[in-house]
Amino acid sequence: MSAPLVEVRDLAKIFDVSPPWLNRVVERKPKAFVHAVDGVSFAIERGKTLALVGESGCGKSTVARLLVGLYGTTHGAVTFDGQDVNKVLAGSGASKLRRRMQMIFQDPYASLNPRWKVLDIVAEPLREHGLVKSDAEAKQRVGELLSSVGLNPADAEKFPHQFSGGQRQRISIARALATQPEFLVCDEPTSALDVSVQAQVLNIMKDLQRKQGLTYLFISHNLAVVRHMADEIGVMYLGRLVEVADKAELFARPKHPYTRMLLDAIPDIHMTGRARTPVQGEVPNPLNPPPGCSFHPRCPLANIRCKAERPQLLEIKGVRVACHAVEEGRAG
Amino acid sequence: MTAPLLEVSHLRVEFPTRRGTLLALDDISFSIAPGEILGVVGESGAGKSLTGAAIIGLLDPPGRIAAGEIRLAGRRIDNLPYEQMRRVRGREIGAVFQDPLTSLNSLYTVGRQLTETITTHLDLTASQARTRAIELLASTGIPAPEARVDHFPHQFSGGMRQRVVIALALAANPKLIVADEPTTALDVSIQAQIIALLKKVCKEQGAAVMLVTHDMGVIAETCDRVAVMYAGRIAEIGPVADVIHRPAHPYTVGLMGSIPAMDEDRERLLQIDGSMPRLTAIPPGCAFNPRCPRVFDRCRSERPELADVGATNAACWRPVTVEAPR
Repeated sequence: MSAPLVEVRDLAKIFDVSPPWLNRVVERKPKAFVHAVDGVSFAIERGKTLALVGESGCGKSTVARLLVGLYGTTHGAVTFDGQDVNKVLAGSGASKLRRRMQMIFQDPYASLNPRWKVLDIVAEPLREHGLVKSDAEAKQRVGELLSSVGLNPADAEKFPHQFSGGQRQRISIARALATQPEFLVCDEPTSALDVSVQAQVLNIMKDLQRKQGLTYLFISHNLAVVRHMADEIGVMYLGRLVEVADKAELFARPKHPYTRMLLDAIPDIHMTGRARTPVQGEVPNPLNPPPGCSFHPRCPLANIRCKAERPQLLEIKGVRVACHAVEEGRAG
Repeated sequence: MTAPLLEVSHLRVEFPTRRGTLLALDDISFSIAPGEILGVVGESGAGKSLTGAAIIGLLDPPGRIAAGEIRLAGRRIDNLPYEQMRRVRGREIGAVFQDPLTSLNSLYTVGRQLTETITTHLDLTASQARTRAIELLASTGIPAPEARVDHFPHQFSGGMRQRVVIALALAANPKLIVADEPTTALDVSIQAQIIALLKKVCKEQGAAVMLVTHDMGVIAETCDRVAVMYAGRIAEIGPVADVIHRPAHPYTVGLMGSIPAMDEDRERLLQIDGSMPRLTAIPPGCAFNPRCPRVFDRCRSERPELADVGATNAACWRPVTVEAPR
């Protein structure tokens, strides 16, 4: 087994969401912190896809941003091909590293500059990294990139508003591919798209991975999409990974009660009229997470230990799970 | 068969603009039986929300009903004057919208909003209305309704707010609920709760539901029948299991194939190339013909009507009658 391309160890991001100083002094409000990501560790092998799933506010997008250096980490380390990302990005090798990892964002309407032509949008990373020498060369390269995502090279002269959502997302992909990266971080790339268009974009992403050997971190709340795209899946809850498993294993034998609940909650077109296990409760406020296992208020298996002691992500039967009940064999 | 509760026939909605009239809904016909849940599914811009808006009489101007009829329990409601329609809305048709924050007034307590709706439509005193408001909150699964009734919308979470909106829609015991993407803004675990709730309360009250959504999974789990819309027309309508497992319209086939399944592995998803036409450029004949794999001459010139093609009704000259490849 080769060394993983991307390795994340004990990654954490704490946001200070305190009220302004005056309010703190006058109203005696305390400082407040959100542990958006709290001790997350995983590794992605070259050419594979790791997917992170979870409900809103579980920290999956924050992980994506930490990985590409859009946020600074509070503690923990991200290693890319043996290099510490935070150190490299602070130093002189930053531009070289940025070329190798790119990001695709969720909203194809907000992530493209409406005043720029597609040519300039896709050529920006090429020019920024000095990968093209002349405008003619840039145009040529943009044409190739647009063809690779199923658009017409002539589209380079158009503006983003002339495209539909799915086509815009392809432009984002073309831009991300411009520097020939090895690693793509995709933050909900198809959540804003209709299903038939989503299928087009997912197919393109899979084709590109096969052809160019790309490594993906794929973030989504849609388990069916994740199942289609990923090799390995990490389930997040309130800033922590609760289960990391191979795709087949996760869907066939989910271990963590939260994973089971998520799988049960999803309506599926092939299971008309099946009995569901009703889901209890809601995601707690991340400002004030419950002590112990943060899932315990909603968990059917919770006991005294779960309320007091935080479970660690342990390797149990080839799957990494953070759950006392699974560890003790109470989960059945 | 009982008489339908809602009957929409040949509904046509137009938007006059400076550059000509846009035909947003073109010859839509369907009906909903009492107590039935009809799903309306389609991609953005297919006209599904507009159909819901036309039924509750809340089309945004300049949109207008240009032709066709909407009948509720035999009575025509599409041409009622505003005041009369206001009585129908809430009393006979309840509405649930996508965003639970914008459909509640953030300056009033939920109790006040509920009692206002109740006293407008039912002949109850203020204290009776308050009791009913608390009952409604309890029936939609809100814990401690006696205390919650005096809270403001911002004090509720997204899922709880949508419960309040459902309570509002049910306040006057309507016969029909129009729910427009009621779970789209919610997380999956909350979505499951809201759908179960909608199903339960409608069954208890015997209300029929028109559920507009783009999520086929939600449709599959909730509805009795489903209408698939494309470019302002109904492409296919039929019992939910048949439309999902034995679709006859090539668009429905493509739509079903493009949804990643939870129980099987496919290397590639079936994809429909291209995208839905803009309203300004709907092709002649069948609106789906430029993207259709089964297209032939007739599709380009002559518009197909909904016709019985076996298990479902489809508007297609060359429906897929054999078992669809999965």
